[in-house]
Amino acid sequence: MDFSFTEEQTLLRNTVERFVLDNYEFETRRQMTATEEGRNPANWAQLAELGILAAPFSEDHGGLGYGATETMVVMEELGKGLVVDPYFPSIVLGGGLLRHGGGAIADEVIPQVAMGEDILAFAYAEPKGRFNLADLETTAKADGGDYVINGHKAVVIGAPFATKLLVSTRTSGGVRDADGVTVFVVDAKADGVSIRSYPTVDGLRAGEVYFENVKVPANNIVGELDNGLPLIEQVADEAIAALSAEATGAMKVLTDATVEYSKTRVQFGQAIGKFQVLQHRMADMFMAHEQSTSMTYMVTMKLDEDAKTRGMAASAAKVQIGKAGREVGQSAVQIHGGMGMTDELNVGHYFKRLTMIDAQFGNVDYHLKRYATLSKS
Amino acid sequence: MDTSFSPDELAFRDEVRAFIAENYPEDIKAKMEAGVELNKEETLRWHGILAKKGWVAPGWPEEWGGTDWTPGQKFLFDQACAEAGTPGVLPFGISMVAPVIYTFGSDEQKQQHLPPIYNGDLWWCQGYSEPGSGSDLASLKTKAVRDGDDYIVNGSKTWTTLAQHADWIFCLVKTDTNVKAQEGISFLLIDMKTPGITVRPIITMDGGHEVNEVFLEDVRVPVANRIGEENKGWTYAKFLLTHERTGIAGVARSKKGLARLKEIAKAEYIDGRPLFEDQDFSRKIAELEIDLTALEYTDLRVLSELRKGNHPGPESSILKIKGTEIQQRLTELTLEAVGTYAAPFYRGLDDRWNEFPVGPDYAVGSAPKYFNMRKTSIYGGSNEIQRNIIAKAVLGL
Repeated sequence: MDFSFTEEQTLLRNTVERFVLDNYEFETRRQMTATEEGRNPANWAQLAELGILAAPFSEDHGGLGYGATETMVVMEELGKGLVVDPYFPSIVLGGGLLRHGGGAIADEVIPQVAMGEDILAFAYAEPKGRFNLADLETTAKADGGDYVINGHKAVVIGAPFATKLLVSTRTSGGVRDADGVTVFVVDAKADGVSIRSYPTVDGLRAGEVYFENVKVPANNIVGELDNGLPLIEQVADEAIAALSAEATGAMKVLTDATVEYSKTRVQFGQAIGKFQVLQHRMADMFMAHEQSTSMTYMVTMKLDEDAKTRGMAASAAKVQIGKAGREVGQSAVQIHGGMGMTDELNVGHYFKRLTMIDAQFGNVDYHLKRYATLSKS
Repeated sequence: MDTSFSPDELAFRDEVRAFIAENYPEDIKAKMEAGVELNKEETLRWHGILAKKGWVAPGWPEEWGGTDWTPGQKFLFDQACAEAGTPGVLPFGISMVAPVIYTFGSDEQKQQHLPPIYNGDLWWCQGYSEPGSGSDLASLKTKAVRDGDDYIVNGSKTWTTLAQHADWIFCLVKTDTNVKAQEGISFLLIDMKTPGITVRPIITMDGGHEVNEVFLEDVRVPVANRIGEENKGWTYAKFLLTHERTGIAGVARSKKGLARLKEIAKAEYIDGRPLFEDQDFSRKIAELEIDLTALEYTDLRVLSELRKGNHPGPESSILKIKGTEIQQRLTELTLEAVGTYAAPFYRGLDDRWNEFPVGPDYAVGSAPKYFNMRKTSIYGGSNEIQRNIIAKAVLGL
C-alpha cells in the first residue's frame, strides 16, 4: 500500500506545472480563448517538445510508454491551469481509441499524434443520444471495400483543431444495440465532412460535425467491425479517470483561492473567514476535494481490470466529482460574493469548467444508474 | 382558512390577463422565452405599455399614478405577469428610489423625479455597494463634503446594475466620519451626466454586461438633491430595503420556469424515451415542485397578513432565501435536462441570440442562466445575512 509518486512521475508533474505557469497566466488564457483560433498553437508545439503528448503511447509508436497514473498527473495539472489545448480529445480520447484498437491504422496515426502533427477529436455524442454511447443514428454502410458514413455528431470537443476525427457509427443492428457499433478514423478535410465550430461556455472549442456520404476505406476501422462498443466504453472509462483528475485540479485551485480570499476580505470588522458558517462551508470544500482525489486514485488504479470492475470504478468516480464539483464551484462563487460572479476573476471560470465536466461522458444520474446496473450484473 | 380569492379579485385577474394577451409584444416575448436578456429599448417599451395603461407603479400614492390596489390585487397582477412571462419592471426607479422620494423627499424632488420615473423617461441605478462594503453596507467609504450649496463627492460604487443605461443614480454617501457608521450616511440623487462620473463595465462569468463600477471623482452635487436630512440616509435606505418586499419570493416566475423545465424534459430523450418519463429526473422535478408549493403557501400567508394591514417583519427573509434557492435549483435542473447542448456559447447573446443556434432553441441560454443565477444568493442581502436576520431578529439568538 503506497500512494506516493515515483521520481519520474514527480518530474512529469513538475514539467506540466511549469508549462502551465509559463503559458496559462489567467489574463493570457483569457485573451487566448477570445481569439478566433481559441488557442495558441505554440503551446501545442511545446507540449509535443516536452514529450507530454507522447506520454501514454508505446515506445514502438514513438511514445514514452507511460500509464494511467501519468495521465492522471498530467490531467490534474492541466486542470489547475484550465488548459484549453486539446490534450484530452487528442491524446486521451483519440489516442486511447487508437492505442487499444491497434492494428495498421494505429501504427500509421499514433506517431503523428505523439509528435503533435496530427490532432484528434472523438465524435461520439449525437443530438438525441444523451449519454448513451450506443444510441447512434450515424451510420456507416459497406460499399465495396469502403464504408460510407452519414450522420450528425453533437458538440465534438476539439473538432475545430482536429486533423483527424474518430467517429462512432452504426454498421449493423438497431439504434441502441450494443452490437453493430464501429469506430472509424476520418480525415477532417475529407469530402463530405463539415464542421460548424463554436466556443463552449467553459472556454473550449467544439463543433457540430456533419458526415454526408463520406467514403472511408475499411482500413480506417479502429478496433473491430461491429464490436466497437467495448472499445468505446474502455476509452470512456479512461476519459472519466482523466476528467476526474482534471476536476480535482480545478477543485484544488478553487478551495485554496477561497480560503485565501476569506482571510483577506474584511466585513463587519473582521476577516469573513472568521465566520463559522463560512468556515464550515470551506471545510466541506476541503473534504469534497480530498474525497475526489481519493476517487481519482481509485479509478486510475482500476482501469486495467475487467470491464465490470473498471466500469463501476469509473461511474463511482464520476458521481463523486460531479457532486463535489458542483459543491466546490458553487461555494467558491458564494464565498467570493460579487467578485466570484465576474469574468475577470478566475473563480467563475473554474466553476464553469467543473459544471461542464459533469455533463461530459455522463452526469451524476447517468453514472448512479450505471453503477447500480453493473453491480447487479 | 380559505385560500381562494374573491370574485372581484378574480375578475381583476382576468382583466390583467386579457390586457397582457393583447399588448405583450411578440418579439419581447420570444426573447423572454429563450431566456435572453432584453436590451434597453425593449425594457423601456414594456415599461411604456404598462405606464400608458396606468399599471406601472401600483404601489405608489394615487396622486402620483398609484392604483390603490389591494394587496390581493397586487399579488394577482404580479402573478398574471409572471404566468405570461413578461419582463419585470426594473425596480431601481419604480420600487426603490421612488418610494423614498415620495415618502421623504421635498415637493420639488417629487415634481422633478416621479413623473419621469413613472413614464420610464429617466433610467435609475442604485449606488449602494462599494468594493470594500458588500454585506457590511454601512462601512461604505464614498465621501460627500459640503462646499457651499453643493456636496463634493468622491469614491466608488460597484455591482451597479445597468448603470450603463442610467440617467440618474441614488447613492449612499458618508457625510460624517466621526460618528457610528450608520449615523453619518446621507442619501443623494445624482445626475449621471455630472462631470467626474465614469462607468466601467463588469462582465460576469455568463458573458453578460449587467453590472458596473461607478467612479465618482470630485462630483459636484447640489445639496438640494439630498433626500431628507443630512446623516439620516441609513434610515431611508433601510426603509427602501423593507419596502415592496412582495414578489420577492418569485413564486409565479418559478412556476413558469418549472413548466418550461417540464417542456424541455419532454423534448429531451434518454434511451429513446422522453427524459420526463425517467424516474430519476421526474423525482427531481417533483421535489422542486413540492419545495415551490411550500414557498407558495408561505407567500400566501404573508399576503394574508398584508391584507389584514400587518407588515411582514424579518420573517420575510424566508421568502428571499427559499425563493432564490428554488430559482437556482430550477436553472440547475434546466441545465441538466438540456444535456449536451448546454455547452455551446453564443457570443454577444443579446444581439445575435437567434442566429442559428446549434441544438434546440431552449438550450441556448441554459448554461449562462445557471451561472448568472448564482448571483441571487449573493445580492439583496446574501442568504447568509438573511439567515443571520432570522437567527437574531426572529429567534432571538
